Amino acid sequence: MVKCLECDAEITIPKDVIEGEIVSCPDCGSAYEVYKEGNNFQIRPAKIEGEDWGE
Amino acid sequence: MKISMVYDYVRWEERSIIEAAKRKNVELQLINPTDLYFDLSNDLKSNFGNITLQRCVSYFRNLHLTALLESKGLKVVNCFNAILTAGNKLLCTLKLMNAGIPMPKTMVSFSTKGSLQALDKLGYPAIMKPTIGSWGRLISLIKDMDTAQAICEHREHLSPLYQIYYLQEMVKRPPRDIRCFVIGDKAVAAIYRVSTTGDWRTNTARGAKAVNCPITNELEDLCVKAAKAIGDGIFGVDCMESPNGLVVHEVNHTIEFKNTVPATGVDIPGLIIDYLIEVAK
Repeated sequence: MVKCLECDAEITIPKDVIEGEIVSCPDCGSAYEVYKEGNNFQIRPAKIEGEDWGE
Repeated sequence: MKISMVYDYVRWEERSIIEAAKRKNVELQLINPTDLYFDLSNDLKSNFGNITLQRCVSYFRNLHLTALLESKGLKVVNCFNAILTAGNKLLCTLKLMNAGIPMPKTMVSFSTKGSLQALDKLGYPAIMKPTIGSWGRLISLIKDMDTAQAICEHREHLSPLYQIYYLQEMVKRPPRDIRCFVIGDKAVAAIYRVSTTGDWRTNTARGAKAVNCPITNELEDLCVKAAKAIGDGIFGVDCMESPNGLVVHEVNHTIEFKNTVPATGVDIPGLIIDYLIEVAK
């Protein structure tokens, strides 16, 4: 469980989460990227769109 | 059989590929290169398995990592040449034209002056696209010379890539285009991308709606031929219904299908895994 950086709501990180996965705050909808710090998963604001992103 | 998937973000597509591999009992090694480094003198084969699926959303990361992996003898889908070509609209257009694929009339210039002359020949309205870019970013519908001049002037102050002016006729089409998914030698699914937001662009990333599109012989023949012109692999071929028949305007190399799977019922992630197994053999 981590806290939303915007509204402080609790965000549950799924048990089978993968580094780089996008999770959303259930309250405010803010999107976060999951990353690994040591043995724990943390979140940081997800990049919305990069200049070279796409198909 | 061990397959690896390189990715930088886990979107719906990457998650569905992971689930498909589980369903098919295929070992899928996940590698996020974002925070890693690669010693170019090291052998990489043991980490990456028999074949690697390239899924990085960042084009330049995708391209350069593929170059690195291929140089180490790894098989990557799609391959470097296909990513390089499909990721650049000019290179892609040249390949498609040389393969005899019908396309919208296209011109290229390298300055504001050249662009205005080209647009005069093409006629207004016309389309200006960045050579590298996706999801409809910075694609401009140019309705007159004043607008053209303003856009070119802005571009002159951007990076040199934006001084390659890729100009295309505005095809008279219904407010939709067709995205056809080609895996190997087969067109496996197709959608109409219907603009519902008033935006003239039909990218689903811009809110266009995905509706199942029947795969006719004409569509399959054209799209498989277009994909083959770029290489062997997994592609999304974009077509428009012009008054003179189908024309191809783009081929995409790292396909997104979260809207296509529910619209068509086709198990694209499963078909990707099947294809990788087949190619790795």
